[in-house]
Amino acid sequence: MNIMLFAPELFLLLGALIVFLLSLSDDHNSARNVALAAGLGALILSAGGMNRGGLMFGGAYNVDLFSQLFKIMITGGLTAVLIFGGKHRGIEKRVRPEYYLCLILSTLGLVMLVSSVDLVAIFVSLELSSFSLYLMLPMRSTEHGLRIQMEAGIKYMLFGVMATGIMLFGMSYVFGLTGSTSLAAITAKLPTLVHEPAAVVGIVMILCVFMFKLAIFPFHFWVSDAYEGGANETTAFLATVPKLAGVAMLIRIVNLINPSEAIINFLAILAVCSMFYGNLCALRQKDFKRMMGFSAVAHAGFVLLGILTFKEAGYATSIYYILGYLVMNLACFMVICKVSKSGENVPIAGLAGLYKRSPLLAFTMGLSMFALAGIPPFAGFMGEFLLLAGALQAGHLTVVILGALNAAIAIYYYLSVVKVTYCNEPEADTGPIRVDIGTRAVSLILITAIIFIGVYPSSLLDMASAALRLAF
Amino acid sequence: MDFLILNKGFPILSVLIFLPLAGAFIAMFLSGDKVSRVWALIVTTLNAIISLPLYSAFNSSSYKFQFAEHQAWIPQWNINYTLGLDGISLLLVLLTTIIMPLCILASWRYIAKRVKTFMICMLVLETTMLGVFAALDFILFYIMWEAMLIPMYMLIAIWGGPRKVYASTKFFIYTLAGSVMLLVAIIALYLHSTPHTFSIPMLMGQPYSTTFQVLIFLAFFVAFAVKVPMFPVHTWLPAAHVEAPTAGSVILASILLKMGTYGLLRFCLPMTPQATMTFMPYILWLSVAGILYGGFTALAQHDMKKLIAYSSVGHMGFVTLGIFVLNFRGMEGAILQMINHGVTTGALFLCVGMIYERTHSRELATATGVGKYMPVFVTFFAIFSLSSFAFPGTNSFIGEFLVLAGGFAKHKLVTAAAIPGAILAAAYMLRMLQRVIWGGVNNPSHDGLLDLNTREIVTLAPFLVFVFWIGLAPGPFLSVMHSTVHHLLAQVNAGVAHPALACLP
Repeated sequence: MNIMLFAPELFLLLGALIVFLLSLSDDHNSARNVALAAGLGALILSAGGMNRGGLMFGGAYNVDLFSQLFKIMITGGLTAVLIFGGKHRGIEKRVRPEYYLCLILSTLGLVMLVSSVDLVAIFVSLELSSFSLYLMLPMRSTEHGLRIQMEAGIKYMLFGVMATGIMLFGMSYVFGLTGSTSLAAITAKLPTLVHEPAAVVGIVMILCVFMFKLAIFPFHFWVSDAYEGGANETTAFLATVPKLAGVAMLIRIVNLINPSEAIINFLAILAVCSMFYGNLCALRQKDFKRMMGFSAVAHAGFVLLGILTFKEAGYATSIYYILGYLVMNLACFMVICKVSKSGENVPIAGLAGLYKRSPLLAFTMGLSMFALAGIPPFAGFMGEFLLLAGALQAGHLTVVILGALNAAIAIYYYLSVVKVTYCNEPEADTGPIRVDIGTRAVSLILITAIIFIGVYPSSLLDMASAALRLAF
Repeated sequence: MDFLILNKGFPILSVLIFLPLAGAFIAMFLSGDKVSRVWALIVTTLNAIISLPLYSAFNSSSYKFQFAEHQAWIPQWNINYTLGLDGISLLLVLLTTIIMPLCILASWRYIAKRVKTFMICMLVLETTMLGVFAALDFILFYIMWEAMLIPMYMLIAIWGGPRKVYASTKFFIYTLAGSVMLLVAIIALYLHSTPHTFSIPMLMGQPYSTTFQVLIFLAFFVAFAVKVPMFPVHTWLPAAHVEAPTAGSVILASILLKMGTYGLLRFCLPMTPQATMTFMPYILWLSVAGILYGGFTALAQHDMKKLIAYSSVGHMGFVTLGIFVLNFRGMEGAILQMINHGVTTGALFLCVGMIYERTHSRELATATGVGKYMPVFVTFFAIFSLSSFAFPGTNSFIGEFLVLAGGFAKHKLVTAAAIPGAILAAAYMLRMLQRVIWGGVNNPSHDGLLDLNTREIVTLAPFLVFVFWIGLAPGPFLSVMHSTVHHLLAQVNAGVAHPALACLP
């Protein structure tokens, strides 16, 4: 067994242990620095090990280009969140070291999840990541008398545990029918069980938990409350990084089954419902994070468009799309973290006059909003276009038309954020926002990435396709 | 690729498109209002100078796309970076590059806050507009088409009038909603073409079934009709025009509206000829409705900008009329009228902007009788107004005459119905002109009103030159489009006559 294959995970684990020791004291600054170092180190290690591959732990753990790509995105997301989170003022001061611990452990769980090719390994990594997240949500500072985070935490946990339960139920069916927990063995046996409804039901039940992570309708009920209740830094993480693993696992699990009319229609209906539900609800929101929660539901619907083609090109587009989504969401949550003075929620109206308070943040916000709305030449448009083109090629004309209509609905709420940012004057009691060097750097990287991903998708698509060919 | 005449040497179209973008990028690092203004003027003027050789180097005897550039972009979907100009787009590109520096000049004083951002928006806007006219790949076209909304939205939303938020949001949503189905249609065309391609010339003349053509035509038509704007989807235009700053109004009228008719010419006619024939009568009547509606509404306006905005609806009605009579005269007239409208209406918006800078009102009532104080201004204003209602000797006369001549040759009733529009145009323009120059006995006092300064005269003079040049000697403008128009009509006729054997590009 080559230890280097497991290096990013080991590095994160090491970081988690050091943060654990530091959490015995009250030194939250060094805890943060260690967490940042762990994230950065894991990012470098997974990028360096991009072309390595091999099976580990008795075939339960598969390191290949597919998993490495997702590991780069996940650890990159963690690093960005830690940098622009700054001192994490939104988190209760006495639990900050523990917060960093949970953050690293949650990332570790996600990093392991994308490599897991065994039902048990999937379950263990998923729970490692989810339980850390359950803890992170209520760690929000109570300085302002906020109790909303408790509701968010409980809601997220109840829904999450429920989804996990459904997944376990599904796994038991699949195990019972195939006699194995290894995905490779299951793939080999499943085609003989096409006419077995229990197999389809089992797989769909496993899918539920990842749809829950992605907040696809009707597994979305937690999303707006959890986004609103979590600290800005927590939501920035919750809204971006777990979604990556969600897409990776959706692709892995969906790939197990032969597409039947029923499954495709099921996914298509979920996709359309997610888009409409998310976009229509987002129209009415006043709180920025809540709006982004509903926008996440709509975008998750778009991701499904790639998956329901059941083709390698479609999966590759979904990966490309979620990469763009990661970058766009990180950009706008970064702005929110900086605009919020002491960790309070930012209403959309609170962005008024941002162009004067910080031109860079305003530009980042404007760009990411246009990108999320699918206006070219940014990442959101190219992803949306490729997904629609792929779905139309697979013959889903109705879904494509409804998806295109959604682009027109969505523009309204994204545009209203741009309007507030650029056209309204700042409120009297607000001054300029100081943006530290690290955040500036992250901001420039994100802006460049949003444009680059949108203008030059071919190499990224090639890489995603190559990864999929190797993985399946 | 025999429909392209590749440009081996200096990539002039890429330079034209990306020079303003590079200029906008550099402008981000400049400080000071004056510096930004001068920088934007330098970049747009340079672009205009670079674009001039296009005219002399253009081979007007060929209908092929010239100065072409071709580069693979997204090979997975056979999307390419393809640029090229034919007789139609050449004139529109030149119109764009020449109008931009004049718009910067017109905003010299008018824009007082956030000058740097304004100039960046203008430069980005120039990139996207030139991209729309030069793109020969459908995805490239769509990207430029949509990306243009961002700077235009900013122009209206930040520097606009009192109802800027309403106007800018309406503009954005109207245009975006119009073009969402365009994207679906583009993908559908790709999937129905053999080989699968997004290349605009290669999508022409493919043997699509009639039903498919009808659906594609409708998707295209909605997108382009909103942009033109055709009656009854014109309602965003008056709002956007009234609230936009002067330069925004000029660009809207002169260039953005042309994109709609350009789209009809470039895509609807050659790609879906049968559907074009099916819908032609309805579109002709819609054009007539636009001409009459625009005329009557303009007659009732008290706001000068609104008046000119509604006159645009009428003028663009003539353009769509000329396009859809589908004969040589009508189409040449329509294309020339696109340029004319750009020149004349652009100049009229500049004139109104100049009054607004002095009186801070666009109301006709407060601008009455300025002729006594601003003789130079009213001279310009009168000539542009005459041009607007197609007075002989001015540019619009040639365009409108050709359109009507083409129209009478084919659909006498429809064209006769459009004639009152020409009379209405004279009525509303002369009404405005009378008020502005002389007014009545109870004119508001205009003490201290200054006449045009040199910068303003320099801004308006090029428009004046084009008004008379096209009006008295339209040859140079018409000659470049002859072969393109012939070819386009041949494509339509072939597509109608032999649906399955339609001529390849």
